[in-house]
Amino acid sequence: MPHRWPTRRAVRVWERNLTVFRKYSLPSLIGPSIGEPLLYLLGLGFGLGTLVGTVGGLRYVEFVAPGMVMSSTMFAAAYECTYGAYVRMIHQRTYEAIITTPLSLEDVVAGDILWGASKGAFNGTVMLAVVGLFGLAPSPWTLAVPVIIALLAVLFACLSQVVAALAKSFEFFNYYLTLVITPMFLFCGVFFPLESLPRWAQGLARFLPLTYAVEATRALMRGRPSAQALLPILWLVPPTIVAFLLAARLVRRRLIH
Amino acid sequence: MPSVAISASRLTKRFGDRVAVDGVDFDVEVGECFGLLGPNGAGKTTTVRMIHAFTPITAGDLVVLGLRVDDEPVAVKRRLGVVPQEENLDPDLTPWENLMVFARYFDIPRAEARRRAADLLEFVGLTSRAASPLDELSGGMKRRLLIARALLNQPELLILDEPTTGLDPQARHLVWQRLRALKAQGVTQVLTTHYMDEAAQLCDRVALMDAGRILRQGRPADLIRAEVGEEVIEIRGDEALHRAAVAALDGKSLRWERAGDTLYCYCADGRELLPALSTLKPAHLLHRPASLEDLFLKVAGRSLQE
Ligand SMILES: Nc1ncnc2c1ncn2[C@@H]1O[C@H](COP(=O)(O)OP(=O)(O)O)[C@@H](O)[C@H]1O
Ligand SMILES: [Mg+2]
Repeated sequence: MPHRWPTRRAVRVWERNLTVFRKYSLPSLIGPSIGEPLLYLLGLGFGLGTLVGTVGGLRYVEFVAPGMVMSSTMFAAAYECTYGAYVRMIHQRTYEAIITTPLSLEDVVAGDILWGASKGAFNGTVMLAVVGLFGLAPSPWTLAVPVIIALLAVLFACLSQVVAALAKSFEFFNYYLTLVITPMFLFCGVFFPLESLPRWAQGLARFLPLTYAVEATRALMRGRPSAQALLPILWLVPPTIVAFLLAARLVRRRLIH
Repeated sequence: MPSVAISASRLTKRFGDRVAVDGVDFDVEVGECFGLLGPNGAGKTTTVRMIHAFTPITAGDLVVLGLRVDDEPVAVKRRLGVVPQEENLDPDLTPWENLMVFARYFDIPRAEARRRAADLLEFVGLTSRAASPLDELSGGMKRRLLIARALLNQPELLILDEPTTGLDPQARHLVWQRLRALKAQGVTQVLTTHYMDEAAQLCDRVALMDAGRILRQGRPADLIRAEVGEEVIEIRGDEALHRAAVAALDGKSLRWERAGDTLYCYCADGRELLPALSTLKPAHLLHRPASLEDLFLKVAGRSLQE
């Protein structure tokens, strides 16, 4: 079966989700995706930071800030494209309703991913603004961070949509969040430099996309971005494309018989 | 304007080894209400899902509104309205919002969408519920909202998969009235149902489906007259009573059938038979016109095939 590509009509699904979101915006905004990283930033950055002192020449809170921006992006995209997408796809049969209109299932999947990515990007950008207000990102290069936020958001939206397409129940998402998302949060250079890990673990971390996003963001916020720090970001693109194609195919296999 | 809305030939759907729709042929004419009738599992939903480009067809040809569904699903869907068997409204949105969001999928401009949404809520009698939370709507109201939603794009063909299953009698009759009003407006309809009285109420022509095949199709009255006759007498009682009844009717070369505690006697005019039968004093003696249900039971058999 040749792959079907989404069309511009995917934006309609994004708009639908925005309409629903606007009715319930407050609870989901101060929910886990912004609240949690913010607490980590305050608690770890300022609290633990007094014990840690400096890391690589940075105050600890400065060291942690880029990772908080990236992880809030990751968490928000992951929540939306697992729980949110699953509810729409399975519980509410929203996908089935929409594909009786001119939209195709690929449009719906792309629109839902776009939406999850938007939530990730929004949360990441809010965190970025908070970090900026605390004076933790003095470099003007910080203005380029939203590009990384966007790339990371789309990647995790696609990956999470794959998980949603495979999930048999919400339980499945606990595995994903505990075994995939949380390890990234912990071992991708958010809280400590990769160099403090044993060699083999560093090698593993080099496979994780969050690592590159955090490093590039840190470089931008410090104001001396080198090509070596920025270019690895491109490694986020191939897994994004693969995950999108896989998500579209898995959703089709799940809903269309 | 072409006179055929749907043309299906040798239309087949297999799920693995299971044949859900087994090479069916039927045409639906523009402006008519066509009913797919049959018990659960007959293949009705699968058939209509192929028509609205949801389920890919395994074999055969399917042309809807002049377009091959396989080749032009988007163009077909643009001109269809679909009322699904399972309610899939947006539970977070009000009826009004449900319609406005759905209108966007068809690229209906906002002002026009507002006008249509207001008209359609009026048409299905939900104007006063436009802003209610969806979980405050009854099953019948939700079904009517689904019908309104399916009409947003002013479809030429409306597909209704069991539009009244699970509704109470008032709600059913309300839905029937709306569907007849739509027919009067010229909207072609394909509906599935396992209620034979519903088909008799609404359908110009029906196809009786069972186990993926169409057993009979045509106008309900013609089919009934040709296969069952005009009238039916039901006599309930034990076997001895049934034997006595058959003996009483002896010589009249009627067709009869025993099913459990009931003897069915198919005839052209039951009035002349009633005196002989009432002398037997059966607990239950009913004389009624033959129905689609009689026809269905005759051609599909009375046994339950699960
Ligand atoms: N997705 C599916 N996978 C496998 N079998 C299916 C699927 N959908 C329907 N069937 C089978 O196809 C047959 C027809 O189903 P369906 O079209 O839903 O019947 P109806 O709508 O008349 O009740 C049934 O035997 C059903 O179990
Ligand atoms: Mg069905």
